Amino acid sequence: MNHQLSARKVGKADWRLPAPQPLASRASRSDRRAGAFFMVAVAGVLVLACILALESELALAGTLVAAGGLWWWGLRAGIIAEAGAFSDRRPWAARLVVAGAATVLLIAFHGEHYALLMISTVLLFAAACAGINIQTGLTGLANFAGAAFFACGGYTLAVLAKSTALPHFLAILAGGVVAAAIGAVLLLPVLRTRGYYSALVTIAFGILCSSFLQVNEQLGGAQGLQVPPLTILGWDMGSGFEVAGREVSFYFAYGLLALAVFLLSSLVAHAIEWSAIGVNLDATRSDELVGSTFGINPQRWKITAFLLGNFLIGIAGAVYAGLTNFVSPAGATFEQSLLLISIVILGGIGNSWGSLIAAVLVILLPEKLHSLQEYRVLIFSVFVVAVLLFRPKGLVPRRMRDFSVMEKRP
Amino acid sequence: MNDRTLVCSDVTMRFGGLVALDAFSLEVRPGEVVGLLGPNGSGKTTFFNVVTGLYKPVSGAIRFGDKDLFRKAPSEINHAGIARSFQRCRLMLELSVFDNLLVGAHNRLPNGLFGTLFARKAAQRSLAAFMGAARDLCARFNPYIADHLFEPAGRFNMIDRRRIELCRALLGEPRLLLLDEPSAGMTHDETFRLMDDVTGFQRESPELSIVLIEHEMQVIERVSQRCVVLNFGRKICEGSYRTVIADPQVRKAYLGEDA
Repeated sequence: MNHQLSARKVGKADWRLPAPQPLASRASRSDRRAGAFFMVAVAGVLVLACILALESELALAGTLVAAGGLWWWGLRAGIIAEAGAFSDRRPWAARLVVAGAATVLLIAFHGEHYALLMISTVLLFAAACAGINIQTGLTGLANFAGAAFFACGGYTLAVLAKSTALPHFLAILAGGVVAAAIGAVLLLPVLRTRGYYSALVTIAFGILCSSFLQVNEQLGGAQGLQVPPLTILGWDMGSGFEVAGREVSFYFAYGLLALAVFLLSSLVAHAIEWSAIGVNLDATRSDELVGSTFGINPQRWKITAFLLGNFLIGIAGAVYAGLTNFVSPAGATFEQSLLLISIVILGGIGNSWGSLIAAVLVILLPEKLHSLQEYRVLIFSVFVVAVLLFRPKGLVPRRMRDFSVMEKRP
Repeated sequence: MNDRTLVCSDVTMRFGGLVALDAFSLEVRPGEVVGLLGPNGSGKTTFFNVVTGLYKPVSGAIRFGDKDLFRKAPSEINHAGIARSFQRCRLMLELSVFDNLLVGAHNRLPNGLFGTLFARKAAQRSLAAFMGAARDLCARFNPYIADHLFEPAGRFNMIDRRRIELCRALLGEPRLLLLDEPSAGMTHDETFRLMDDVTGFQRESPELSIVLIEHEMQVIERVSQRCVVLNFGRKICEGSYRTVIADPQVRKAYLGEDA
């Protein structure tokens, strides 16, 4: 505040103090932001619940149209922007709201295996996309081997859980570490190439990785590996339980775990973006040459982003392996990597909330439109093209980083 | 010895068969403003790129104070206290002005991964500390920029973008500033205003030395204490503005054989 005053004194010949902002209006503004975020979270959960619960295509289409309309209205009325501002200002509070909303959703579907599996899958894919967002969105390193690193995490968990007594919690972390370590092999070619070439390197690596998994007998070949039910912090996640006479699916615990993984990944992505490191990554992406003349070492930041991103992808992959009870080369294919990239692009490059919304659309819709058989791919493709046509920056574009929020908070 | 004199001796830069800088020597003492002149393609910007480490010269020596900067990495050279601006405006237009300024302050920011993830409060405090410095600096050039630090840089006009670039270079508190044609793309008046701001800033920090590439002769006349003229990578003349423009070799280089 002091600086603002002094700048004003130097600047305009304006001797007046800035009009004191009434405390109430300031509070009501932050209330409005919080309210907007809450509304968006609730609406999101309701839409998701409808998508999960409704069976007929007609009702589903109606839900989607309604959700689209609501979204359009939210954009026009500035509610989405207010919600974004809330998440920028209060990253922890925003994630708590989402945690609460998602927990309510999990409770609502407590007995239904399939719905819980879907929710967990969406959360884990969105978590992996937070890693890709750090790499691609901030640093500009295209990672077309996301599924390969996802699988690295899964295979690590499978091997460790089968042949060692390592606590599963640590095995999941090890999944992230191994994914980052395997990604380190790629560093040399990725650092020496740029743009398309660098993307090509990751594509080649992804294909190499899935072929290797196909033929490696120790890792189960094409069949893949079985993953035993996880025990996290003493909780056996392999079996359901009863609460007040109601059967709760064993997927419920996985849903909570997936939620925690997503929230932590998106917090890491937020912390990185809103820091000096985020500026360094942006500078590396947008103008390496300028960055380096000001002391930003592009190699260092590419390495940091690549390893950290793969670590997050690996962790999500490990939990996904636990969720689905097995890992196979089919999960490491190029198509799966494209799926991850398309979630990132559709959601808005560099925005982890966008990835969450896009993950719902990309993962849930094809599942729900099963009865349309081969047409579902067509419908889905048209949808993706339409989104990119009308919102080329994705559904929820990355917001401009505004460090002034740090100053204004008491 | 805290004397920060830039001493370049016999610096040669080759691109294949082309000699872009031919045994070029230059000394810039603290507080000096040196104008670097020469026709297009004479090696002025190449010299900047060599000093800042973007190009690796084939021979010669570059020292800044007691530091050897010959063939060093750009980041190391920046750390020694050399900052520059670019001929073409090179800002991250979609990011805020403040983000762009932070790039210039890179060496003074908390860049550790661990601190960023686990000591967020401390990291944010040191970032916020720069807001005051950034505002004060921008307010010297244009109070409007200081009041709009959190607007995308792309919303500013050309002269303000130039100013932001200057602030970015100055926020790292350099000892030597290399300005590559700050007048490019601006009107006469705008250039003068910008240069007045720079010299005004320099008066307050007399240790800062400046090397200025400029085609606008009036600007050179007004701000530089010494001029160096390059042609085909060689230094053909050095001295005050008056001596330099009177020099027959300089006239020949600029106006052709018969001048």
